[in-house]
Amino acid sequence: MSNPNLIALGTIVRREVVRILRIWPQTLVPPAITMTLYFLIFGGLIGSRVGQMDGVGYMAFIVPGLVMMSVIQNSYGNISSSFFGAKFGRHIEELMVSPMPNWVILTGYVAGAVLRGLLVGAIVMAIAMLFTPVRMPHPFITIASVLLGATIFSLAGFVNAVYAKKFDDITIVPTFILTPLTYLGGVFYSVKLLPEWAQAATHLNPIFYMVNAFRYGLLGVSDVPVWTAFALMLVFVVGLGALGLWLLKRGIGMRS
Amino acid sequence: MTAIDPGVPALCVQALKKTYDNGVEALKGVSLEVAPGDFYALLGPNGAGKSTLIGIVSSLVNKTSGTVKVCGIDIDADRSAAMRQLGLVPQEINFNMFEKPIDICVNYAGFYGIPREVALERAEKVLRDAQLWEKANVMSRTLSGGMKRRLMIARAMMTEPRLLILDEPTAGVDIEIRRGMWQTLKKINAAGTTIILTTHYLEEAEALCRHLAIIDHGRIVAEGSMKSMLARLDVEGFLFDVENELPLQLPEIEGATLIALDGHTLDLDMPRAMDLNRVFDAFDDAGIRVRSMRTKSNRLEELFVRMISAPQEAAEVEVRA
Repeated sequence: MSNPNLIALGTIVRREVVRILRIWPQTLVPPAITMTLYFLIFGGLIGSRVGQMDGVGYMAFIVPGLVMMSVIQNSYGNISSSFFGAKFGRHIEELMVSPMPNWVILTGYVAGAVLRGLLVGAIVMAIAMLFTPVRMPHPFITIASVLLGATIFSLAGFVNAVYAKKFDDITIVPTFILTPLTYLGGVFYSVKLLPEWAQAATHLNPIFYMVNAFRYGLLGVSDVPVWTAFALMLVFVVGLGALGLWLLKRGIGMRS
Repeated sequence: MTAIDPGVPALCVQALKKTYDNGVEALKGVSLEVAPGDFYALLGPNGAGKSTLIGIVSSLVNKTSGTVKVCGIDIDADRSAAMRQLGLVPQEINFNMFEKPIDICVNYAGFYGIPREVALERAEKVLRDAQLWEKANVMSRTLSGGMKRRLMIARAMMTEPRLLILDEPTAGVDIEIRRGMWQTLKKINAAGTTIILTTHYLEEAEALCRHLAIIDHGRIVAEGSMKSMLARLDVEGFLFDVENELPLQLPEIEGATLIALDGHTLDLDMPRAMDLNRVFDAFDDAGIRVRSMRTKSNRLEELFVRMISAPQEAAEVEVRA
């Protein structure tokens, strides 16, 4: 590898991965414990009384949602804490004074966050397989939807970190926006159980599409047409990616 | 890729202006040129605009107008090529405290597109030069203040920059470490790297630099070679410790200003050309017996104080050596 931009990109990704692995008790263990509890309580204890949902067992039904929830939260949390931490510790200046173009900075941080999301997703999936068999009838859709979901929330976390001025600012969005959207995005239930107005409102929630695309890949069932979900996810990737590049170009939150 | 002519100035700044969002005009049309290989001091009081100027050159601050060329490369036309020529040692510690010095250096080189195997070799060299090799694998937050400063210089040297900018690199470090850093900077400069230094220690600028500019209120108020600038000082100042009680009426010495600081200390400003014996003759006549005397301040400090205390007059007599 001799292209300077690829070397720079590899350096950012490597640094992010080293960081994720260095603080593994903060990055990898908590989602594993939380999701195990979800599977035990919601899938095992409550799920056994719920019976089937969309034609599959309740335990199997919540697997895609819980995996996607972990991927989304960890991708978002990784980039927002890492990039804001770099701003706070001023080592973002190492990147700003370097010759690397903005797309390399953005891609590097997003790749690091996506990798954490995938790593945590794989751990949660492994835990899920202890509770219920996973068939994965559409592997390409499964992988594509999880990649797109992780990318979207990595980009969203980046935008949050750019605007954040204090650590509180990177916890407000996950607490007050991300978590409610995730829980209301069909992780634990089929949208068909909701009244009509709530079904319509759920269709405005981007996480709903990601969870359903992923559920289609894993279980072959979905509340929305899968291609609609992919089209919407691509729009989010392009829109948030363009916003991230624009913020870096303008130096908002980084250059005075 | 922009081609670089080795004869072009290491830094050329033209009519550079910066107005912050809050309306503060930090730079009001600064122009300066730093020759390749020079050791250049940028002096000025707090808030004069030094860090803003450095921030714009190193692309940490957006300029309002003007042009900046690093080694002949316009930062607007080819920012990447311009930044490859530049190394920055900022005022505040700005590396990741949770990384090891070796990783900080190797990653920094990676951001510049330097392959990892090359970066590892260079990291050993720069850390040895900075006397930090033994600390290469400890957490950076455990380093002392002086070591952290040396690490920032080592990190900047990872990319072998043609222009190295140091923003108060020795602020807050003890005299022994400071002198050690002077030796390091002299070696870097002797190897061909152009250095621009801002400092509040004027003796540091006088000891290291060949050219200087004084910036105040966002304007260059004086610029030239160290030699020519110091030659502009036509007044010398002395302090006299007097053995006996000073008389109520101090002697009048034509062309000089004599003030009593306390009952036993006199402060004298006199033209350089004036014969010091005239002063002692006047003291003898007034019955003043001098026990000891010393120069009042270092020469550059005197020049600096005069320039920034009378910026308007200073601007009118701006010289270029």
